Amino acid sequence: MMAGQSKQSNQGEGQNQPAASSGRLESAFGPLTNQLDDWIRIETDGTITAFSGKVELGQGVRTALAQIVAEELDVPFERVHMIMGDTSLTPDEGYTAGSMTIMSSGEALRQAAAEAKKVMLEMASDHLDATIVELIINDGVILVQGRPERSISYTELMGGKPFNCEVSYTAPLKAPRDYRVVGTSVPRVDIPSKFTGQQSFIQDMQLPGMLHARLVRPPSSAAQLVSIDESSIKDVPGIVKIVQKGNFVGVITEREEQSVLAAQRLKVEWSEKPFLPPMAELYSHLRSLPTEDTVVRDDGDVEQVIAHSARQIRAEYHQPYHAHASIGPSCALADVQPEQATVWSSAAGPYPLRSVLAQLIGMPEDKLRVIHVEGAGSYGQNGSDDAAADAAVLSQAVGRPVRLQWTRQDEFVWEPKAPSMVMEVSAGLDDQGNVTAWDYHVWSPSHVARARFAAQLVAAQLINRQPFPAGRFSFGAERNAPTNYTFPKQRVTVHYLATTPLRSSAFRSLGGAENTFANESFVDELAIAAGADPLEFRLRYLDDPRALDVLHAAAEKAGWERRPTPKKGGTTALEGRGLAFARYENEEALVACIAEVQVDPESGLVSAKRVVVAHDCGLIINPDGLKNQIEGNIIQSLSRVLKEEVKFDEYRIQSVDWDTYPILKFSEVPEVEIVLINRPDEPALGAGEPSMVTTSAAVANAIFDATGVRLRQIPFTPERVRAALSSGQG
Amino acid sequence: MDDQIVINVNGKMHTVQAAPDTPLLYVLRNELGLHAPQFGCGLEQCGACMVIYGREAKQSCKMMIADVGSTPIITLEGLMEDGELHPVQQAFVEEQAAQCGFCTNGMIIATAALLVKYHNPNEQVIRESLDGNLCRCGSHLRILRAVKRASELMWGGQA
Repeated sequence: MMAGQSKQSNQGEGQNQPAASSGRLESAFGPLTNQLDDWIRIETDGTITAFSGKVELGQGVRTALAQIVAEELDVPFERVHMIMGDTSLTPDEGYTAGSMTIMSSGEALRQAAAEAKKVMLEMASDHLDATIVELIINDGVILVQGRPERSISYTELMGGKPFNCEVSYTAPLKAPRDYRVVGTSVPRVDIPSKFTGQQSFIQDMQLPGMLHARLVRPPSSAAQLVSIDESSIKDVPGIVKIVQKGNFVGVITEREEQSVLAAQRLKVEWSEKPFLPPMAELYSHLRSLPTEDTVVRDDGDVEQVIAHSARQIRAEYHQPYHAHASIGPSCALADVQPEQATVWSSAAGPYPLRSVLAQLIGMPEDKLRVIHVEGAGSYGQNGSDDAAADAAVLSQAVGRPVRLQWTRQDEFVWEPKAPSMVMEVSAGLDDQGNVTAWDYHVWSPSHVARARFAAQLVAAQLINRQPFPAGRFSFGAERNAPTNYTFPKQRVTVHYLATTPLRSSAFRSLGGAENTFANESFVDELAIAAGADPLEFRLRYLDDPRALDVLHAAAEKAGWERRPTPKKGGTTALEGRGLAFARYENEEALVACIAEVQVDPESGLVSAKRVVVAHDCGLIINPDGLKNQIEGNIIQSLSRVLKEEVKFDEYRIQSVDWDTYPILKFSEVPEVEIVLINRPDEPALGAGEPSMVTTSAAVANAIFDATGVRLRQIPFTPERVRAALSSGQG
Repeated sequence: MDDQIVINVNGKMHTVQAAPDTPLLYVLRNELGLHAPQFGCGLEQCGACMVIYGREAKQSCKMMIADVGSTPIITLEGLMEDGELHPVQQAFVEEQAAQCGFCTNGMIIATAALLVKYHNPNEQVIRESLDGNLCRCGSHLRILRAVKRASELMWGGQA
């Protein structure tokens, strides 16, 4: 595939398909254990315990993985219990990221469950004196067909005992047509406790003898501590310790409200300096930085072909910094004792986190246990990893268990942002309106900067008074930079920036959303220049039947009228429709999205009225869980494209709360209609991200359809739309 | 420094020891062990910490314990009766109306308060009354369906 050349192994957010090779399943994060006992345990009470190194992030994988195990083992869903993300109990599966959990952990568990079933069938064959083909399985009981009195259960065979064997990847797998649990909308197992107030989140955890902590962060990552006046909080009761190491400051108290008060009142003097470019110059600043270039695809002669074409078209698109903006600020608990430590964290990679925390607190990795506990939705790297590091530093300083709660402002200022990017596309058209060549450039930092060494943690940066280190690898900006269109001559160049003004890391889909915004906006710009219907124009350049299917399905559901854009016969209420298509990572799930918008010409307000999505992610594990992910992607991406932009001045980040970083509200949410295309004979592809990528271009194209004005800078705020309308730029 | 303060939570009187300016949220979570109300912002901007205060859904993150008075407070835990889910909780389960579920406390509380006032609110009223409750995962459409379902369960969809 086109993106193949850019894929680097083992570097980030789950970029490759798992493959069974040399007797082991390879995930994007390295080889997985092939010991059956690491994945599956038959308990003595008739239940099955399954282990996954992936974690539940609100995306429903605790349920979906249990479905896969129940299916392959032929036991009722209710009898499977998942243990996930604990460095003492579960396999190392790197990060839960990149829409990889079903593809990687799901496949590992499917193979392990099939292996376990195979082993138990062989044992039952001996025990029941019957051949394996005579045996059937019913609810975890193996019976001789036609002689049900001769039976033995999984529990009787293996309850509490280890298998002591490897997963061979040759055990017979159930055919998808025989699935009874996979493919059904099993309700989420994590939901009942969340809806009744039982302990569900890391924020709810309490440890015996636990202290509470809050941070006093500097006003920016460039600020330096000048002085700290401990007497300023002598009246606050319950102070146990004020921890100051370099620019790292935290207060530890007996009760939570005391730490809130102490952090508010502690007088710390910081020296600040300007270190950020003026926001108005962000995009020219990004384009002025030194780059390391990767040519993802080059068919040759692209510039010459464009120069000699009947028409040349060029456009530049801008993506601001976005915040993950988890609805609950990060929280972590740590109990660091001299000889051993335990850290509870909502971070997406317990094993990688353990490795950097061990460096940070100077403890051997095997003395440190990291246990994942769910936090608020993170959508990439939010503050969870850094909060865990802060908690570990504080607990080590006080020698007692500490619960650290970040504030809303801590989360907005100190979470790594989704990178700001510049995309430039040029193309040539012949005199018939056909594309002659396509030239794509993107300027971006790495989209993945998850900590691989302690210096990448904010705590280490503050303690050592060292700025955040430049990335040692670049990854993610190439995601969906190439399109899936069959344009005759194509070149795709990624200009990697070593550092950009704000620290950034993984956000759902990495560069996929921004590249698709540029690509799919520009395809419409070409269709407009060619006087073609945007759907018809795309169909000319697609030959993948699955791509055609999602486009036709979306068009049919939305009642797409084939006509050129913009809409003619302008009415006072400006309404338009826009289309966008992508195959995630060029070879994963396929999405076609049609947005219908209204634009108020007076205020410039864009209202999304209806979004139609057709979605093909191969075999569907849980249709309702899938729809939940798609609805979430559509609403979150609409929020990003219509409202979101991290603001800063030369000294500080200015987006610090929900007033300064507003997100989409109930009254602004459109109807979302989803067409699921199930392909039981195709591999199950990840669905956590693909439908994040098409929304922004669909909205931009719809605004153009409504107004004849092209928006190329996210977000499409009323001010920006009003300005575009008054300048009449198209 | 700490005062003895009596508050009425989930039908019971509780005597708590806390500084008078302590936000109700911390008393509920840390003194009474009621973990449903969540700390989302501490700024009354997001609604994750909502409780039913009297008849209104109110944020608990800035309400000082000294100001609570005798007004009865119901938390998500207190909506259940004899281990049975409240119809709003039931509707949220039926509609699987969450992703991460961190905002859900506020959503259910706001809905329970709304449906006492309006038995069968229209779409616009529901949306506007939930505008103070933020959701980052994008579960809005499921939540809207759950509110309508809860209205049916509670009042048979009658105004």
